Amino acid sequence: MSSLEIWLAVAQFATLVLALGLIYRPLGDYIARTFTSTKHLKIERGLYRLVGVNGDSEQSWGAYLRGVLAFSAVGVLLVYLIQRLQAVLPYSLGFPAIPEGLSFNTAVSFVTNTNWQSYSPDVTMGYTVQLIGLAVQNFVSAGVGLAVAIALIRGFSRRSTGTIGNFWVDLTRGVLRILLPLSFIAAIVLIAGGVIQNVAGFTDVTTVAGGTQSIPGGPVASQEAIKLLGTNGGGFFNVNSAHPFENPTPWTNLFEILLMLAIPFSLPRTFGTMVGDKRQGYAILAAMGAIFVVSLTALTVFEAIGSGSGPMAAGGAMEGKEQRFGIFASTLFGTSSTITSTGAVDSMHDSYTSLGGMMTMFNMMLGEIAPGGVGAGLYGMLVIAIITVFIAGLLVGRTPEYLGKKLGPREIKLASLYILTTPTIVLAGTALSFAIPAVRADVESTSIWNPGLHGFSEVLYAFTSAGNNNGSAFAGITANTPWFNTALGVAMLLGRFIPIVFVLALAGSLASQGKVPVTAGTLPTHRPQFVGLLVGVVLIVVALTYFPVLALGPLAEGLQ
Amino acid sequence: MASSRGFARPYWVALRYMIVATIALGIVYPLAVFGVGQLALPAQANGSLITDAGGTVVGSSLIGQSFTDADGNALPEWFQSRPSAAGYDASASVGSNYGPENPDFLDEIAARKAAIAELEGVDPSDIPVDALTTSASGLDPQISPEYALLQVPRVAEARGLEESQVHDLVESAIQGRDLGYLGNETVNVLQLNLALAQLG
Repeated sequence: MSSLEIWLAVAQFATLVLALGLIYRPLGDYIARTFTSTKHLKIERGLYRLVGVNGDSEQSWGAYLRGVLAFSAVGVLLVYLIQRLQAVLPYSLGFPAIPEGLSFNTAVSFVTNTNWQSYSPDVTMGYTVQLIGLAVQNFVSAGVGLAVAIALIRGFSRRSTGTIGNFWVDLTRGVLRILLPLSFIAAIVLIAGGVIQNVAGFTDVTTVAGGTQSIPGGPVASQEAIKLLGTNGGGFFNVNSAHPFENPTPWTNLFEILLMLAIPFSLPRTFGTMVGDKRQGYAILAAMGAIFVVSLTALTVFEAIGSGSGPMAAGGAMEGKEQRFGIFASTLFGTSSTITSTGAVDSMHDSYTSLGGMMTMFNMMLGEIAPGGVGAGLYGMLVIAIITVFIAGLLVGRTPEYLGKKLGPREIKLASLYILTTPTIVLAGTALSFAIPAVRADVESTSIWNPGLHGFSEVLYAFTSAGNNNGSAFAGITANTPWFNTALGVAMLLGRFIPIVFVLALAGSLASQGKVPVTAGTLPTHRPQFVGLLVGVVLIVVALTYFPVLALGPLAEGLQ
Repeated sequence: MASSRGFARPYWVALRYMIVATIALGIVYPLAVFGVGQLALPAQANGSLITDAGGTVVGSSLIGQSFTDADGNALPEWFQSRPSAAGYDASASVGSNYGPENPDFLDEIAARKAAIAELEGVDPSDIPVDALTTSASGLDPQISPEYALLQVPRVAEARGLEESQVHDLVESAIQGRDLGYLGNETVNVLQLNLALAQLG
């Protein structure tokens, strides 16, 4: 990059930071008020009557969890059925029913907030499936993540109680009071930038040079807004936010990045407000922000240098990048998308430089906590904060307590199990893809697109993305096969719901405790030392877990 | 409460909840966005379509087109778009997804370099990166100002126009960075070629 381009990149990043800074307090506090208010809106009372819920009742963590699981199971079933029935649904653009394996994978993918797409939507999904199947899950899967995070915060803020809130009330408020109004405004802004919103089907034109072109239509803006705001990431079109109808200009690109980061980066404020100590929120925010900046810088430097045979022959790493965006608008989007659980792309990660592509994987491997997905990012970071307090306690002889709660064997076991879950899924899935001879043959002959080490990276990326519920891909991979539709589907399910079980159990365990008074032996968790320690634990836990497998793929490719 | 009923109850609530959510979020919400879009911003909501002098729709200002013959050879009288993995088929967007070391990728870059150097009569080292690489979408409507200016002599010759005339046209078609500082400077190839057609 020239020095002008570096300054422009800094200015673009500063704009984003300024916007996030301006919304941090109002949005964070609004979310806190939303979930602490005892008043129901009239429309909410109507909904509770209709579905048979007592909005004033409280749930134990077990009942809360059963609500999450039942709601998600019904969601998977409905999205599966809608896809299987596509042939008879209106506005299906003539597309046939979606096959069983792909329907399973896609249903799981959207319910788990992953939005992995084994298919190319342009030639697979009609408007009805996208609207009543996929876009609905974009809202409610984000609502579930948010609800679970709020339940964990209540674990810290409540004392000696057996309840952590009401799942149905939390889900409703998250969707109705936060996601829906913000999505509506964002969708209109996106239309102003050129994102389409019609049901026109395809418009056939004779091009200027005398060829033909079939220009697609579709209800894109309404889906684009919640796809990003809910950190979902499933594109209306195959190339996602690289498509000019999803992301027409550099300013819509920056706006879409803001949508991805808005709620995740404001939730630390919600946390600080709800536990009654805003400094605790700033500490979590600082850790998230530090990791984000370092990761963004690394990816940008790798892409700007553009090493590797292809980029050097072409004179830069512009393969798979749009001219209007260039390097920085692409790396800022790529970082934001993989370090949250979004998984949208405005450039093809498969074509990034070897080490650049590794950074997008590394962001996901961190567990998507800087700032992570809507809700999921905050609860992931709080689990690591618990581990950090425990480690600090061992190191300097402090009593392990966080926010007035004792961290006993039960809490540490739950937090440790949480941290072990996704690496196990990712590494086992990748290993099985190459260890089972029949699967390996299929993976190598059908699925892998790029030869050599990069092909291994495509498989590793797929399981990293599925296990962490991200949804982005090294998209050269052909994932619409029995093995990947099944294995990635299972990885998404386990990667979403096993951690949620541990988080809600943790919430219940913390809520049942009283408050431990602060003493000289209490480790302060709002100071820079703690922030540094927290970042250190994130990096050490992840680096040690994934370093060997990264060395087999992107690291080896980048250093050869 | 009986235990069997207790177990089934959340599923029954969930089913009713999903039906309401599907109507509200899957039908009412997109329709509301559709309504506002069609009333307040119809040009954008319908795809930023552009028409020629006769009023016929010839494309979208946001979707790139190819200016090649049926065999994929560049038509010298038109400015050329970036290479595309989708062949500018707007109904099936796709990127190449070539990894940085893929031998096919290296072959394609070499072939493009040779073809463009010959077509434009320039040194291969003078070809800008956007001319040698495919975009993410396969539908990129824009090229760099450098690549547009590189094509001026060839286009002027093919059309029997003064080079300075075509050069001025390109200069006036350069779109600055968004808000002055976001993204890259670009030239929209379809709009440039439409202006070119007006020139004669």
